[in-house]
Amino acid sequence: MALASVLNSDLGGFSYEKCQPFGFKDEMGHSDAGFESTPGESLSFMVRNPQCAAADDDVERKIEFLHGTTTLAFKFQHGVIVAVDSRATAGAYIASQTVKKVIEINPYLLGTMAGGAADCSFWERLLARQCRIYELRNKERISVAAASKLLANMVYQYKGMGLSMGTMVCGWDKRGPGLYYVDSEGNRVCGDLFAVGSGSMYAYGVMDSGLRHDLTVDEACDLGRRAIYQATYRDAYSGGQVNLYHVHSEGWTRVSQDDVLKLHQHYKEQA
Amino acid sequence: MEYLIGIQGPDFVLVAADNVAASSIIQMKHDYDKMFKLSEKILLLCVGEAGDTVQFAEYIQKNVQLYKMRNVVPSSKFHFSDITQSVPFVSSQTPYHVNLLLAGYDDADGPGLFYMDHLSSLAKAPFAAHGYGAYLTLSILDRYYKPDLTQDEAMDLLKKCIEELNRRFILNLPSFSVRVIDKNGIQELQKVTVGAAK
Repeated sequence: MALASVLNSDLGGFSYEKCQPFGFKDEMGHSDAGFESTPGESLSFMVRNPQCAAADDDVERKIEFLHGTTTLAFKFQHGVIVAVDSRATAGAYIASQTVKKVIEINPYLLGTMAGGAADCSFWERLLARQCRIYELRNKERISVAAASKLLANMVYQYKGMGLSMGTMVCGWDKRGPGLYYVDSEGNRVCGDLFAVGSGSMYAYGVMDSGLRHDLTVDEACDLGRRAIYQATYRDAYSGGQVNLYHVHSEGWTRVSQDDVLKLHQHYKEQA
Repeated sequence: MEYLIGIQGPDFVLVAADNVAASSIIQMKHDYDKMFKLSEKILLLCVGEAGDTVQFAEYIQKNVQLYKMRNVVPSSKFHFSDITQSVPFVSSQTPYHVNLLLAGYDDADGPGLFYMDHLSSLAKAPFAAHGYGAYLTLSILDRYYKPDLTQDEAMDLLKKCIEELNRRFILNLPSFSVRVIDKNGIQELQKVTVGAAK
Protein backbone atom coordinates (compact mmCIF):
# COMPACT_ATOMS: atom_id res chain seq x y z
CA MET A 1 0.00 0.00 0.00
CA ALA A 2 1.42 3.30 -1.08
CA LEU A 3 0.23 4.95 2.06
CA ALA A 4 2.00 2.44 4.21
CA SER A 5 5.29 2.96 2.45
CA VAL A 6 4.99 6.72 2.70
CA LEU A 7 4.38 6.45 6.39
CA ASN A 8 7.20 4.04 6.92
CA SER A 9 9.69 6.50 5.59
CA ASP A 10 10.64 9.90 6.89
CA LEU A 11 7.54 10.59 8.82
CA GLY A 12 8.84 8.02 11.23
CA GLY A 13 11.39 10.53 12.30
CA PHE A 14 9.09 12.88 14.14
CA SER A 15 10.03 12.99 17.72
CA TYR A 16 7.98 10.79 19.90
CA GLU A 17 11.05 10.01 21.89
CA LYS A 18 10.41 12.74 24.34
CA CYS A 19 7.01 11.72 25.39
CA GLN A 20 7.29 9.23 28.12
CA PRO A 21 3.89 8.58 29.60
CA PHE A 22 4.50 5.91 32.16
CA GLY A 23 7.73 4.33 31.11
CA PHE A 24 8.89 2.48 34.18
CA LYS A 25 10.70 -0.18 32.29
CA ASP A 26 14.05 1.48 31.73
CA GLU A 27 15.31 2.57 35.13
CA MET A 28 15.37 0.33 38.13
CA GLY A 29 15.32 3.03 40.68
CA HIS A 30 12.34 5.06 39.64
CA SER A 31 9.13 3.38 40.30
CA ASP A 32 6.55 5.83 39.14
CA ALA A 33 5.79 9.46 38.55
CA GLY A 34 4.54 8.95 35.08
CA PHE A 35 4.75 12.60 34.27
CA GLU A 36 8.40 13.42 34.08
CA SER A 37 7.77 15.14 30.79
CA THR A 38 8.23 18.75 31.72
CA PRO A 39 6.09 21.42 30.15
CA GLY A 40 7.68 22.47 26.94
CA GLU A 41 8.51 18.96 25.92
CA SER A 42 5.94 17.40 23.69
CA LEU A 43 2.80 18.30 25.54
CA SER A 44 0.82 15.90 23.44
CA PHE A 45 -1.10 14.05 26.10
CA MET A 46 -0.67 10.85 24.26
CA VAL A 47 -1.60 8.06 26.49
CA ARG A 48 -0.13 5.53 24.13
CA ASN A 49 3.42 5.62 22.94
CA PRO A 50 5.51 3.41 20.76
CA GLN A 51 8.59 2.20 22.50
CA CYS A 52 10.72 5.26 22.79
CA ALA A 53 13.81 3.58 24.17
CA ALA A 54 16.61 5.38 22.42
CA ALA A 55 18.76 2.27 22.71
CA ASP A 56 16.87 0.02 20.34
CA ASP A 57 16.81 2.23 17.35
CA ASP A 58 17.29 -0.71 15.09
CA VAL A 59 13.80 -1.83 15.92
CA GLU A 60 11.75 0.03 13.41
CA ARG A 61 9.91 3.03 14.77
CA LYS A 62 6.45 1.91 13.87
CA ILE A 63 3.99 4.55 12.95
CA GLU A 64 1.12 4.07 15.30
CA PHE A 65 -1.86 5.07 13.27
CA LEU A 66 -4.35 5.60 16.00
CA HIS A 67 -2.29 7.29 18.63
CA GLY A 68 -4.48 10.24 18.26
CA THR A 69 -7.95 9.15 18.98
CA THR A 70 -10.81 9.52 21.37
CA THR A 71 -12.77 6.52 22.46
CA LEU A 72 -15.06 6.30 25.41
CA ALA A 73 -17.47 3.93 27.05
CA PHE A 74 -19.66 4.19 30.10
CA LYS A 75 -22.16 2.09 31.98
CA PHE A 76 -25.60 3.28 32.90
CA GLN A 77 -28.85 1.66 33.90
CA HIS A 78 -29.68 0.42 30.42
CA GLY A 79 -26.30 -1.03 29.56
CA VAL A 80 -23.13 0.40 28.09
CA ILE A 81 -22.67 3.19 25.59
CA VAL A 82 -19.59 3.07 23.41
CA ALA A 83 -18.61 6.12 21.38
CA VAL A 84 -15.52 6.60 19.23
CA ASP A 85 -14.15 9.02 16.69
CA SER A 86 -12.84 7.90 13.33
CA ARG A 87 -9.68 9.81 12.54
CA ALA A 88 -6.31 8.22 11.93
CA THR A 89 -3.21 10.41 11.88
CA ALA A 90 0.39 9.91 11.07
CA GLY A 91 2.14 12.87 12.57
CA ALA A 92 0.47 15.95 11.17
CA TYR A 93 -1.09 14.09 8.29
CA ILE A 94 -4.65 12.88 8.51
CA ALA A 95 -4.45 9.44 7.08
CA SER A 96 -8.13 8.67 7.24
CA GLN A 97 -11.37 10.11 8.54
CA THR A 98 -13.36 6.92 8.29
CA VAL A 99 -11.66 4.37 10.48
CA LYS A 100 -13.74 1.82 12.34
CA LYS A 101 -12.48 1.93 15.87
CA VAL A 102 -15.01 -0.40 17.37
CA ILE A 103 -14.33 -4.07 16.87
CA GLU A 104 -17.25 -6.42 17.08
CA ILE A 105 -15.82 -9.34 18.97
CA ASN A 106 -19.09 -11.23 19.01
CA PRO A 107 -22.77 -10.27 19.07
CA TYR A 108 -22.63 -9.23 22.71
CA LEU A 109 -19.03 -8.06 23.17
CA LEU A 110 -17.39 -4.98 21.72
CA GLY A 111 -13.81 -3.83 21.81
CA THR A 112 -12.58 -0.31 21.13
CA MET A 113 -9.37 0.57 19.39
CA ALA A 114 -6.75 3.08 20.48
CA GLY A 115 -3.05 2.93 19.85
CA GLY A 116 -1.75 0.76 17.05
CA ALA A 117 -4.51 -0.27 14.67
CA ALA A 118 -2.83 -3.53 13.78
CA ASP A 119 -2.22 -4.41 17.40
CA CYS A 120 -5.78 -3.67 18.39
CA SER A 121 -7.50 -5.47 15.56
CA PHE A 122 -5.20 -8.48 15.66
CA TRP A 123 -5.42 -9.09 19.37
CA GLU A 124 -9.12 -8.47 19.49
CA ARG A 125 -9.71 -10.90 16.67
CA LEU A 126 -7.62 -13.39 18.59
CA LEU A 127 -9.77 -12.63 21.60
CA ALA A 128 -12.88 -13.32 19.53
CA ARG A 129 -11.44 -16.71 18.67
CA GLN A 130 -10.71 -17.46 22.32
CA CYS A 131 -14.21 -16.37 23.34
CA ARG A 132 -15.74 -18.68 20.77
CA ILE A 133 -13.61 -21.58 21.97
CA TYR A 134 -14.74 -20.84 25.53
CA GLU A 135 -18.36 -20.91 24.43
CA LEU A 136 -17.93 -24.22 22.69
CA ARG A 137 -16.11 -25.79 25.60
CA ASN A 138 -18.34 -24.52 28.38
CA LYS A 139 -21.68 -24.27 26.60
CA GLU A 140 -22.21 -20.79 27.88
CA ARG A 141 -21.20 -17.31 26.88
CA ILE A 142 -17.99 -15.93 28.24
CA SER A 143 -18.28 -13.18 30.83
CA VAL A 144 -16.86 -9.74 30.15
CA ALA A 145 -14.46 -10.14 33.06
CA ALA A 146 -13.11 -13.40 31.66
CA ALA A 147 -12.83 -12.03 28.14
CA SER A 148 -10.91 -8.99 29.34
CA LYS A 149 -8.66 -11.19 31.49
CA LEU A 150 -7.89 -13.38 28.47
CA LEU A 151 -6.90 -10.32 26.50
CA ALA A 152 -4.84 -8.85 29.34
CA ASN A 153 -2.96 -12.10 29.84
CA MET A 154 -2.29 -12.50 26.12
CA VAL A 155 -0.92 -9.03 25.83
CA TYR A 156 1.10 -9.21 29.05
CA GLN A 157 3.36 -11.80 27.44
CA TYR A 158 4.49 -9.09 25.05
CA LYS A 159 4.92 -6.36 27.58
CA GLY A 160 7.85 -4.14 26.78
CA MET A 161 8.13 -5.37 23.23
CA GLY A 162 6.41 -2.46 21.62
CA LEU A 163 2.75 -3.33 21.45
CA SER A 164 0.55 -0.31 21.64
CA MET A 165 -3.03 -0.98 22.49
CA GLY A 166 -5.57 0.70 24.72
CA THR A 167 -8.89 -0.97 24.51
CA MET A 168 -12.14 -1.17 26.35
CA VAL A 169 -13.95 -4.48 26.43
CA CYS A 170 -17.67 -3.81 26.73
CA GLY A 171 -20.48 -6.28 26.98
CA TRP A 172 -23.43 -7.63 28.81
CA ASP A 173 -23.25 -10.87 30.76
CA LYS A 174 -25.20 -12.47 33.57
CA ARG A 175 -23.85 -9.93 36.00
CA GLY A 176 -25.25 -7.11 33.93
CA PRO A 177 -23.34 -4.53 31.92
CA GLY A 178 -19.58 -5.01 31.95
CA LEU A 179 -16.83 -2.58 31.08
CA TYR A 180 -13.11 -3.21 31.35
CA TYR A 181 -10.14 -1.17 30.24
CA VAL A 182 -7.19 -3.25 29.04
CA ASP A 183 -3.94 -1.93 27.64
CA SER A 184 -0.63 -3.12 26.36
CA GLU A 185 1.10 -1.96 29.56
CA GLY A 186 -0.73 -4.64 31.44
CA ASN A 187 -3.45 -2.54 33.03
CA ARG A 188 -6.80 -4.19 33.42
CA VAL A 189 -9.34 -2.21 35.32
CA CYS A 190 -13.06 -2.57 35.79
CA GLY A 191 -15.05 0.62 35.91
CA ASP A 192 -18.12 2.59 35.02
CA LEU A 193 -16.54 5.09 32.71
CA PHE A 194 -13.39 5.18 30.62
CA ALA A 195 -12.00 7.34 27.90
CA VAL A 196 -8.87 6.40 26.00
CA GLY A 197 -6.69 8.28 23.56
CA SER A 198 -5.19 11.70 23.07
CA GLY A 199 -8.60 13.30 23.37
CA SER A 200 -9.59 11.30 26.40
CA MET A 201 -9.10 14.10 28.85
CA TYR A 202 -11.49 16.35 27.02
CA ALA A 203 -14.02 13.57 26.90
CA TYR A 204 -13.67 12.92 30.62
CA GLY A 205 -14.56 16.51 31.32
CA VAL A 206 -17.88 16.33 29.51
CA MET A 207 -18.68 12.83 30.68
CA ASP A 208 -17.99 13.41 34.35
CA SER A 209 -20.16 16.48 34.48
CA GLY A 210 -23.08 14.94 32.60
CA LEU A 211 -23.14 11.33 33.70
CA ARG A 212 -25.89 9.98 35.95
CA HIS A 213 -26.85 6.38 36.43
CA ASP A 214 -30.49 6.97 35.54
CA LEU A 215 -30.06 8.37 32.06
CA THR A 216 -32.44 7.22 29.36
CA VAL A 217 -30.95 5.52 26.33
CA ASP A 218 -31.32 8.65 24.20
CA GLU A 219 -29.79 10.90 26.84
CA ALA A 220 -26.90 8.53 27.24
CA CYS A 221 -26.32 8.41 23.50
CA ASP A 222 -26.39 12.19 23.37
CA LEU A 223 -23.90 12.41 26.19
CA GLY A 224 -21.51 10.01 24.49
CA ARG A 225 -21.86 11.78 21.19
CA ARG A 226 -21.33 15.17 22.79
CA ALA A 227 -18.28 14.04 24.69
CA ILE A 228 -16.61 12.73 21.54
CA TYR A 229 -17.57 15.86 19.68
CA GLN A 230 -16.04 18.08 22.35
CA ALA A 231 -12.89 16.02 22.28
CA THR A 232 -12.64 16.28 18.51
CA TYR A 233 -13.16 20.01 18.82
CA ARG A 234 -10.13 20.43 21.04
CA ASP A 235 -7.89 17.57 20.04
CA ALA A 236 -6.29 17.88 16.65
CA TYR A 237 -5.79 14.18 16.43
CA SER A 238 -9.42 13.26 16.78
CA GLY A 239 -12.19 13.90 14.31
CA GLY A 240 -14.13 12.46 11.44
CA GLN A 241 -17.34 10.84 12.59
CA VAL A 242 -18.74 9.77 15.90
CA ASN A 243 -19.67 6.11 15.86
CA LEU A 244 -22.04 5.18 18.63
CA TYR A 245 -22.95 1.72 19.91
CA HIS A 246 -25.27 0.63 22.67
CA VAL A 247 -24.75 -2.66 24.48
CA HIS A 248 -27.83 -4.03 26.18
CA SER A 249 -29.07 -7.34 27.46
CA GLU A 250 -29.65 -8.69 23.97
CA GLY A 251 -26.28 -7.71 22.64
CA TRP A 252 -24.97 -4.60 20.94
CA THR A 253 -26.67 -2.27 18.49
CA ARG A 254 -25.08 0.26 16.22
CA VAL A 255 -26.90 3.43 17.09
CA SER A 256 -25.55 6.15 14.86
CA GLN A 257 -22.75 7.63 12.85
CA ASP A 258 -22.54 11.40 12.80
CA ASP A 259 -20.07 13.61 11.08
CA VAL A 260 -18.40 15.87 13.59
CA LEU A 261 -18.74 18.98 11.47
CA LYS A 262 -22.47 18.42 11.13
CA LEU A 263 -22.68 17.95 14.87
CA HIS A 264 -20.89 21.25 15.26
CA GLN A 265 -23.59 23.01 13.26
CA HIS A 266 -26.28 21.18 15.12
CA TYR A 267 -24.97 22.12 18.54
CA LYS A 268 -24.41 25.67 17.47
CA GLU A 269 -28.00 25.98 16.40
CA GLN A 270 -29.18 24.41 19.60
CA ALA A 271 -27.28 26.83 21.78
CA MET B 1 2.25 8.05 43.18
CA GLU B 2 0.83 5.05 44.91
CA TYR B 3 1.03 4.66 48.63
CA LEU B 4 1.13 1.71 50.97
CA ILE B 5 1.52 1.72 54.71
CA GLY B 6 1.61 -0.94 57.39
CA ILE B 7 1.75 -0.64 61.18
CA GLN B 8 2.27 -3.63 63.40
CA GLY B 9 0.94 -3.78 66.93
CA PRO B 10 1.41 -6.39 69.63
CA ASP B 11 -1.42 -8.56 68.31
CA PHE B 12 -2.53 -7.06 65.00
CA VAL B 13 -1.25 -5.48 61.81
CA LEU B 14 -2.96 -2.44 60.34
CA VAL B 15 -2.46 -1.84 56.64
CA ALA B 16 -3.72 0.80 54.25
CA ALA B 17 -3.36 1.55 50.56
CA ASP B 18 -4.60 4.35 48.36
CA ASN B 19 -7.42 3.65 45.96
CA VAL B 20 -6.27 5.35 42.82
CA ALA B 21 -5.54 3.47 39.62
CA ALA B 22 -3.83 5.98 37.39
CA SER B 23 -2.67 6.05 33.84
CA SER B 24 -0.45 8.99 32.95
CA ILE B 25 -2.23 11.99 34.45
CA ILE B 26 -5.68 10.47 34.54
CA GLN B 27 -7.33 8.67 37.45
CA MET B 28 -8.88 5.69 35.71
CA LYS B 29 -10.40 4.36 38.86
CA HIS B 30 -10.78 5.85 42.31
CA ASP B 31 -11.88 2.78 44.23
CA TYR B 32 -9.18 0.34 43.20
CA ASP B 33 -8.13 -2.25 45.74
CA LYS B 34 -4.40 -2.90 45.95
CA MET B 35 -4.57 -5.60 48.60
CA PHE B 36 -4.52 -9.25 47.68
CA LYS B 37 -5.62 -11.92 50.08
CA LEU B 38 -3.11 -14.74 50.18
CA SER B 39 -4.80 -16.67 52.92
CA GLU B 40 -7.20 -16.20 55.83
CA LYS B 41 -4.70 -14.12 57.74
CA ILE B 42 -2.22 -12.89 55.18
CA LEU B 43 -2.50 -9.86 52.92
CA LEU B 44 -0.20 -8.83 50.13
CA LEU B 45 -0.17 -5.13 49.26
CA CYS B 46 1.31 -4.59 45.87
CA VAL B 47 2.17 -1.46 43.89
CA GLY B 48 4.41 -0.78 40.97
CA GLU B 49 4.30 -1.13 37.25
CA ALA B 50 1.00 -1.57 35.52
CA GLY B 51 0.27 -5.18 34.82
CA ASP B 52 3.20 -6.51 36.81
CA THR B 53 1.38 -5.85 40.09
CA VAL B 54 -1.71 -7.88 39.34
CA GLN B 55 0.13 -10.62 37.48
CA PHE B 56 2.66 -11.04 40.27
CA ALA B 57 0.16 -10.91 43.09
CA GLU B 58 -2.16 -13.40 41.43
CA TYR B 59 0.78 -15.68 40.69
CA ILE B 60 1.71 -15.69 44.37
CA GLN B 61 -1.93 -16.17 45.38
CA LYS B 62 -2.26 -19.23 43.18
CA ASN B 63 1.05 -20.62 44.34
CA VAL B 64 -0.06 -20.29 47.94
CA GLN B 65 -3.27 -22.13 47.11
CA LEU B 66 -1.26 -24.85 45.43
CA TYR B 67 1.03 -25.11 48.44
CA LYS B 68 -1.98 -25.51 50.69
CA MET B 69 -3.35 -28.25 48.51
CA ARG B 70 -0.09 -30.12 48.44
CA ASN B 71 0.68 -29.76 52.13
CA VAL B 72 -1.87 -30.28 54.84
CA VAL B 73 -0.38 -27.87 57.32
CA PRO B 74 -0.64 -24.22 56.28
CA SER B 75 2.74 -22.61 56.52
CA SER B 76 3.48 -19.46 58.47
CA LYS B 77 3.89 -16.20 56.74
CA PHE B 78 7.61 -16.21 57.24
CA HIS B 79 7.89 -19.00 54.77
CA PHE B 80 5.78 -17.09 52.35
CA SER B 81 8.25 -14.30 52.49
CA ASP B 82 10.85 -16.71 51.28
CA ILE B 83 8.74 -17.75 48.34
CA THR B 84 7.82 -14.23 47.45
CA GLN B 85 11.36 -13.05 47.73
CA SER B 86 12.55 -15.27 44.99
CA VAL B 87 9.96 -14.25 42.49
CA PRO B 88 10.47 -10.54 41.80
CA PHE B 89 13.95 -11.30 40.61
CA VAL B 90 13.15 -14.71 39.29
CA SER B 91 14.33 -13.64 35.91
CA SER B 92 16.59 -10.65 36.19
CA GLN B 93 16.17 -10.11 32.47
CA THR B 94 12.60 -9.09 32.96
CA PRO B 95 11.99 -8.64 36.64
CA TYR B 96 8.61 -7.77 38.03
CA HIS B 97 8.78 -4.14 38.97
CA VAL B 98 6.67 -4.36 42.10
CA ASN B 99 6.97 -3.08 45.64
CA LEU B 100 5.26 -5.07 48.33
CA LEU B 101 4.10 -5.10 51.87
CA LEU B 102 3.29 -8.50 53.25
CA ALA B 103 1.22 -8.46 56.41
CA GLY B 104 -0.10 -11.39 58.35
CA TYR B 105 -0.95 -13.00 61.62
CA ASP B 106 0.50 -16.32 62.58
CA ASP B 107 -1.17 -18.24 65.37
CA ALA B 108 2.15 -19.27 66.82
CA ASP B 109 4.32 -16.23 66.21
CA GLY B 110 1.82 -13.42 66.26
CA PRO B 111 1.57 -10.54 63.81
CA GLY B 112 4.23 -9.72 61.24
CA LEU B 113 4.88 -7.05 58.63
CA PHE B 114 7.41 -7.47 55.87
CA TYR B 115 8.71 -4.82 53.50
CA MET B 116 9.86 -5.95 50.07
CA ASP B 117 10.95 -3.94 47.10
CA HIS B 118 11.49 -4.55 43.42
CA LEU B 119 15.10 -5.56 43.97
CA SER B 120 13.97 -8.32 46.31
CA SER B 121 15.20 -6.72 49.51
CA LEU B 122 13.21 -8.11 52.38
CA ALA B 123 12.91 -6.65 55.84
CA LYS B 124 10.68 -7.43 58.76
CA ALA B 125 9.63 -4.12 60.24
CA PRO B 126 7.28 -2.73 62.88
CA PHE B 127 6.03 -0.19 60.37
CA ALA B 128 6.69 0.43 56.71
CA ALA B 129 5.53 2.45 53.74
CA HIS B 130 5.98 2.49 49.96
CA GLY B 131 5.69 5.25 47.43
CA TYR B 132 6.58 8.92 47.39
CA GLY B 133 4.26 9.32 50.34
CA ALA B 134 6.67 7.23 52.37
CA TYR B 135 9.17 10.08 52.38
CA LEU B 136 6.62 12.25 54.09
CA THR B 137 5.26 9.73 56.54
CA LEU B 138 8.10 7.53 57.72
CA SER B 139 9.32 10.23 60.06
CA ILE B 140 5.86 10.51 61.57
CA LEU B 141 5.91 6.79 62.17
CA ASP B 142 9.38 7.06 63.66
CA ARG B 143 8.24 9.79 66.01
CA TYR B 144 4.94 8.43 67.25
CA TYR B 145 5.13 4.67 66.96
CA LYS B 146 5.26 2.54 70.10
CA PRO B 147 5.57 -1.23 69.96
CA ASP B 148 2.62 -1.70 72.29
CA LEU B 149 0.14 0.57 70.60
CA THR B 150 -3.52 -0.35 70.56
CA GLN B 151 -5.59 -0.67 67.43
CA ASP B 152 -7.13 2.74 68.02
CA GLU B 153 -3.75 4.34 68.47
CA ALA B 154 -2.56 2.69 65.28
CA MET B 155 -5.59 4.04 63.49
CA ASP B 156 -4.84 7.53 64.79
CA LEU B 157 -1.26 7.18 63.65
CA LEU B 158 -2.48 6.14 60.24
CA LYS B 159 -4.77 9.13 60.06
CA LYS B 160 -1.89 11.40 61.02
CA CYS B 161 0.07 10.02 58.10
CA ILE B 162 -2.79 10.49 55.69
CA GLU B 163 -3.35 14.02 56.93
CA GLU B 164 0.25 14.76 56.15
CA LEU B 165 -0.15 13.40 52.65
CA ASN B 166 -3.18 15.56 52.12
CA ARG B 167 -1.29 18.56 53.34
CA ARG B 168 2.03 18.15 51.60
CA PHE B 169 1.87 15.58 48.88
CA ILE B 170 1.42 17.12 45.49
CA LEU B 171 -0.92 14.43 44.24
CA ASN B 172 -4.47 14.01 45.31
CA LEU B 173 -5.11 10.67 47.00
CA PRO B 174 -8.69 11.07 48.07
CA SER B 175 -9.34 7.74 49.70
CA PHE B 176 -7.56 4.83 51.32
CA SER B 177 -8.66 1.26 51.96
CA VAL B 178 -7.83 0.10 55.46
CA ARG B 179 -7.68 -3.46 56.75
CA VAL B 180 -6.57 -4.98 60.00
CA ILE B 181 -5.31 -8.51 60.51
CA ASP B 182 -5.48 -10.14 63.90
CA LYS B 183 -6.20 -13.53 65.39
CA ASN B 184 -9.72 -13.38 63.98
CA GLY B 185 -8.57 -12.90 60.43
CA ILE B 186 -8.79 -9.96 58.06
CA GLN B 187 -11.28 -7.20 58.78
CA GLU B 188 -12.00 -4.41 56.44
CA LEU B 189 -12.34 -1.10 58.21
CA GLN B 190 -13.98 2.00 56.94
CA LYS B 191 -12.16 3.78 54.14
CA VAL B 192 -10.32 6.92 55.13
CA THR B 193 -11.28 9.77 52.84
CA VAL B 194 -10.22 13.38 52.54
CA GLY B 195 -11.91 15.40 55.23
CA ALA B 196 -12.46 12.39 57.43
CA ALA B 197 -8.78 12.30 58.32
CA LYS B 198 -9.07 15.38 60.49
